Amino acid sequence: MIEAFKIFINSVSSPATIFTLAVIVFILFVSFPKQATSAIVMIPLLIFAAAFLAIGLTDKHFYHIITTPDNVPIVGLIFIFGYFTWYAMRKAVINDERMAQGKPTIEKEETDEKVLVFPYLIFIEFVIALAYSIMLVVWSIFLKAPLEEPANPTVSPNPSKAPWYFLGLQEMLVYFDPWIAGVLLPTFIIIGLCAIPYIDRDPATSGYYSFKGRKFAIIAYLFGFWILWILLIIMGTFLRGPNWNFFGPFEVWDVHKVVPLVNVNLSEIIFIKWFSVGLPKAWFVREAPGILLVLAYLIIPPAILAKTAFKEIYKKLGAARYAILVMLMLMMLSLPIKMYLRWAFNLKYLVAIPEFFFNI
Amino acid sequence: MPEPEKKPKFDLGKYITETQLYKSMFRHGYSTSDRDRALSVMTNVFFHLHPVKVRKSGARFGFTWCAGGLSFFVFLTLVVSGIMLMFYYRPTVEYAYNDILALREHVPFGIMRELHRWGAHAMIITVWLHMFRVFMTGSYKPPREFNWIVGVLLLVLTMLLSFTGYLLPWDQLAMWAITVGSNMARATPFLGHEGPGAALLSLGDIHLVTSGSDVRFALLGGRFVGAGALLRFYILHCVAIPTVVVVLMSVHFWRIRKDGGISGPL
Repeated sequence: MIEAFKIFINSVSSPATIFTLAVIVFILFVSFPKQATSAIVMIPLLIFAAAFLAIGLTDKHFYHIITTPDNVPIVGLIFIFGYFTWYAMRKAVINDERMAQGKPTIEKEETDEKVLVFPYLIFIEFVIALAYSIMLVVWSIFLKAPLEEPANPTVSPNPSKAPWYFLGLQEMLVYFDPWIAGVLLPTFIIIGLCAIPYIDRDPATSGYYSFKGRKFAIIAYLFGFWILWILLIIMGTFLRGPNWNFFGPFEVWDVHKVVPLVNVNLSEIIFIKWFSVGLPKAWFVREAPGILLVLAYLIIPPAILAKTAFKEIYKKLGAARYAILVMLMLMMLSLPIKMYLRWAFNLKYLVAIPEFFFNI
Repeated sequence: MPEPEKKPKFDLGKYITETQLYKSMFRHGYSTSDRDRALSVMTNVFFHLHPVKVRKSGARFGFTWCAGGLSFFVFLTLVVSGIMLMFYYRPTVEYAYNDILALREHVPFGIMRELHRWGAHAMIITVWLHMFRVFMTGSYKPPREFNWIVGVLLLVLTMLLSFTGYLLPWDQLAMWAITVGSNMARATPFLGHEGPGAALLSLGDIHLVTSGSDVRFALLGGRFVGAGALLRFYILHCVAIPTVVVVLMSVHFWRIRKDGGISGPL
């Protein structure tokens, strides 16, 4: 029974299915926040997660991956952020309902009341610091810090993985070249985060949990955080084995797993498959379709959206802020778009100019 | 009729505080007037990072999750355990691994390295959690927009602190994780020798950006993760980045007060 379950999970696991499933769950969560954060949904979900972990731990391979010392924080992180996402959303839903009834938010009721920092706030900080200290000591006693063989530049482990908090970036390397996955996108993440308060500026919705008034901001942030960051870290840590091949959660990491490399460039699809003429010699002719496609992606949607769906946003933000917002959004969405292009068409690069190390 | 006099209840706390032993140790009683409570914040250099009073909604654990304060506390524990480790660790290829090994083999019940390593992981989680909370309450909005930027920089520096520390044990895990991570720098546009545009930066046949002069070389102090990288990462980890972090934290905490304290609804 359990074996059959494991085989089933392994057989349906792939980056495409897991990513798609996560996106569906995410869409359901933000579409029905009230129902999604209710006990009827959350308790079974928690039981399912705990049961999956418990059943998983009986599996030798799964146990090994989960209890690798540096991977333990990620398991904790999933539950911690799962809990606090639920908590924040629950509070937001309650506040939204109160506002709909004309009542002040929970925070508003207490905002004019002042309490003395000593003892009220110091007490909370002290208890938290104490609880953390105890947890850290227990954690340190029961889990030894890893120490492998001495560093040896001639023997590279397979797989070689970056520290876990950068595995989202390493996972992006599957879909993008290092200059995008390792340099461009991280830069955009940092710039994008810094730009948030200069784009989303209305102070009326600050200082309390809410969802209705700031749906766009919260959905964008949660999508980036959960789907494009945490999920990729989970995949990169738990499901990527030797040669960065994908393995199901209960699949033994076989070094000899052979995955056919059938990825093709857009230029090859167009000139060889469609026109059957062979690749042109000059790179600017060969890559013209890809370059046009990328430029169209960066120019046409912003222009159309400014006239249609984002008309109000455009009016509110003005041209400069709107351009920055849409550019950041397009950069963010370029990752899932490239992922699906890879899964659907085995597309390697939209633009491939190896002459200049310039591949998109 | 006069009411019968009630017998005073036995009060253990009062009994203890009135013994000679107790009075000899603690000269003053603990006063709970608002004035004394305010003074205990103002006259204490550590407490006075706080204002004397805060909004009740902002003081709630359910509002802040105490994630920012906890991040600071975790940082302090990391400073302490890190200093302890520095006494026993030498950042050279000859000694680094053996020093870590000695910490494990020769210290009975030693957990200092564990406290430091798991503390580092915990700090990444608490810093992410803090940002998550600040976002979900919309607390980055004006007038706090600049403090959000300072926070983003602190987040990046927290991950860089952890990343630079990852190399120091000098085992296979450390070396190859840093190799994978720093290989990305090779592909930096214009500045990395395998990055797009690097080939354009040349005088005739002489390339200006090579594997011996690009941004990865500057980071590692060499073409691969070796002795130079170990020393650089050690200094970045123990001196350079913590200094920047402390400066930015000072700005971060100061700006919380200047921008109106913990956020609340208008």
